[in-house]
Amino acid sequence: MIEVKGLTKYYGERAAIHDLNFSIDRGEVIGFLGLNGAGKTTTLKILGCVLLPTAGEVTVDGIDIARDPHEVRRRIGFLPDTPPLYGEMTVGRYLRFAAELRGVPAAEAERAVTEAEEKTATREVHDQPITSLSHGYRQRVGVAQALVHKPKLLILDEPTSGLDPVQIVEMRATVKALRGEHTILLSSHILSEISQTCDRLLVIQNGEIVAQGSEQELATKLGGGGTIEVEVVGPSARAIEAARTVPGVGACSVVRESDGTALLSLQGAPDLRPKVARALVNNGIDLLRIDRGAARLESIFLRLTKTPDGGAQ
Amino acid sequence: MRATLLIARRELAAYLRSMTGYVIAAAVLIVDGLLFNAFALGGTEKLSAEVLSLFFYFSSGTTIIASVFISMRLLAEERQTGTLVLLTSSPVQDWEIVLGKFLSAFVFLALITLASVYMPALIFVNGKISLGHLAAGYLGLLLLGSAALALGTFGSAIARTQVLAAIFSGCIIVALIVCWLLAKVTERPLNDVFVALALHGKHFPPFQSGTVHLRDVVYYLMVTYVALFSATRVMESRRWK
Repeated sequence: MIEVKGLTKYYGERAAIHDLNFSIDRGEVIGFLGLNGAGKTTTLKILGCVLLPTAGEVTVDGIDIARDPHEVRRRIGFLPDTPPLYGEMTVGRYLRFAAELRGVPAAEAERAVTEAEEKTATREVHDQPITSLSHGYRQRVGVAQALVHKPKLLILDEPTSGLDPVQIVEMRATVKALRGEHTILLSSHILSEISQTCDRLLVIQNGEIVAQGSEQELATKLGGGGTIEVEVVGPSARAIEAARTVPGVGACSVVRESDGTALLSLQGAPDLRPKVARALVNNGIDLLRIDRGAARLESIFLRLTKTPDGGAQ
Repeated sequence: MRATLLIARRELAAYLRSMTGYVIAAAVLIVDGLLFNAFALGGTEKLSAEVLSLFFYFSSGTTIIASVFISMRLLAEERQTGTLVLLTSSPVQDWEIVLGKFLSAFVFLALITLASVYMPALIFVNGKISLGHLAAGYLGLLLLGSAALALGTFGSAIARTQVLAAIFSGCIIVALIVCWLLAKVTERPLNDVFVALALHGKHFPPFQSGTVHLRDVVYYLMVTYVALFSATRVMESRRWK
């Protein structure tokens, strides 16, 4: 769906992004992860045909964005970091304007608006002026304008920016519901959002892609292969001994041991969970909970964005 | 062209829904009315044609000032609020965006200008004026407004904020008006250049007195075209920045 080769963008003397190379397949949900100022927004603006690159080649659905940006824009729905909303318009009128602007025939515009509103749960505010909406609704209307013309590619720049926890969950559900209908490129620096929504990650740091792959692939590539959290009844020593019998399980540490239960962190890929569970049960240990390590993505991200002096930027 | 009309329609609706639009319209009509009463109708006895000519003279000033205020928001406001991305990420050419914005501003200015028609109509109460004179004067006002709005659109394209846009376009318009004064104190061939460029002194008075010269019509249309073309180029160049 997207092929990026040697993409470079200079602002004056400063390279915002340098020699980016990646590709995205049709139907994938990709998380674009990076710290503030890493080059996420610049890259997304280029893919959204808002900015032109200094060098490099980008094709969307086989069309070169430099040669035929007009045709590429028909295939793209773009939500910038600040949703482009006209406050004085009602949601319905605004979405109709966006639909017709993106080439939806006037006769079909109303239906397109209804579908977009249903997908983003904004139907109930159809007749309300945008200026009167809450931040969460505005963000969802922003997503609705991006998908109202049924684009093949959806580019969402920080869709959960500034939302409260409830609104973040709602936005995550909205994005998940769009899976399958569109190829989605989603940028964020909120790790849990990326982890729960995306198939694959692109990690950008100082304008360069420093890693790409699934969460599991990145964890394996960076060593360690992730962690598994296990909560058992009884002393930790017996559980550790049992868990270590599973090939692939590395270092084990006790996170907490109290009230007759123990919480352990085992080095190992999450797909070892069934084997670990079986080993524990076979050794007569009562298993309360087994899960993938919660802090895994954070540790991947911190490792990838670590500066030479040892801290994250 | 469909996109141009869509953008123009949305923008015009925004003028009509906003307080700013009505404030500008009210200010123009009040100032026009005051000047008409004080200087065109008032003072010494005048011929009806002279009263009408003075009306168009004063209206040309308010038209220019209104054009600056109407056009300053066109692109600069959208850039400030981040809504320009909706247009630039849509399958719409930059010239369509610029033309759509300009058209909306022009229609709004035309509505204000035509709303002032009751003033010259008052001349009919005690005098007689030719409809040709009236039509020529309004044509001149609309052409002058078109040129000023296009220059304002250019100012709005290059500026980051609405205030800067008003300052930029105001400076360009004043420079083109001052060309007429410079023409009077310079010699040929420089003088010819200043005369050709003069936005008001050279090209508006014929309309004011009821005469339509093709050269004046072409001049205003050319200023409009060059300013809109430049605004489009600015929009295109911003995609590289």
